[in-house]
Amino acid sequence: MPRLYDREIKSRLMLGTAQYPSPAILAEAFRRSGAGIATVSLRREAGAAREGQAFWDLIRALNVELLPNTAGCHSAREAVTTAQMAREIFGTNWIKLEVIGHADTLQPDPFGLLEAARILCAEGFEVFPYCTEDLVLCARLIEAGCRVLMPWGAPIGTGLGLNNMYGLRALRAHFPDVPLVIDAGLGLPSQAARAMELGYDAVLLNTAVARAGDPAAMAEAFARAVEAGRLAYEADPMTPRDMAAPSTPILGKAFL
Amino acid sequence: MRITVNGAVHDTGAQSLAALLVELGHGATKVATAVNEAFVPAALRAQQTLNHGDRVEIVAPRQGG
Repeated sequence: MPRLYDREIKSRLMLGTAQYPSPAILAEAFRRSGAGIATVSLRREAGAAREGQAFWDLIRALNVELLPNTAGCHSAREAVTTAQMAREIFGTNWIKLEVIGHADTLQPDPFGLLEAARILCAEGFEVFPYCTEDLVLCARLIEAGCRVLMPWGAPIGTGLGLNNMYGLRALRAHFPDVPLVIDAGLGLPSQAARAMELGYDAVLLNTAVARAGDPAAMAEAFARAVEAGRLAYEADPMTPRDMAAPSTPILGKAFL
Repeated sequence: MRITVNGAVHDTGAQSLAALLVELGHGATKVATAVNEAFVPAALRAQQTLNHGDRVEIVAPRQGG
């Protein structure tokens, strides 16, 4: 299994914790997925509500690594402050760094992302940047100290899969030694399998599982797809060709 | 003194961030704090004085993707 910031992960499937029909279904989805990493967030807390404590108890019981995010942040400053608060609450240096640059596509703001990544890496954070597949941006993020990259497959919550196969293939080829995680946009297990066949190290998804009719079953379907895709990658797939080539030997065919 | 807590106007007599948290019922809960967009670690809440017009954010763990 790959190591993310010196921690070996137990599964190549990472799951979000939002949008499930109930806490019990969330827990069952995690159990059937075998996911070892859960993304979590921070939101405003009213004194009497104690919502945070209830959620904290739920995720501790999952017994997984926590990856806090900076979801919803639109500036480097906002993301840095959120990351600092997340580090204190969740007790981890890991941060899924999101700096959103566009309201409709939720596309990362590459400039704000790089600025925040530089600050957080210097403060000892282990940054998982939610980025695009842009090679120049990814090179800069690595220079800033990021040792994992999380390019999008498609915009968050769309379920469109891998929108830019060329770009994702090029990214894998350019950074063979950097752990790459497809984050966002996956809707079906076949898309996760495709990401793994490309040689990506892991996938992170939320909506595709949480919004399925049966989230726990879908979580298991993704787990199997990720396993199949990775096995296929390691098995060195054949090269596609345009012309047909018979698989049954010609030699020895009866002359009729 | 009038401040803003999580975006809402709030009148308080609390002189410090730590005192404000107790006043709001956050005494022993798992929260993180920022004042005027800057993170305030738990250990520094008692010495973080509050002034008229300060913007306080109090956050807790939530579901996320």
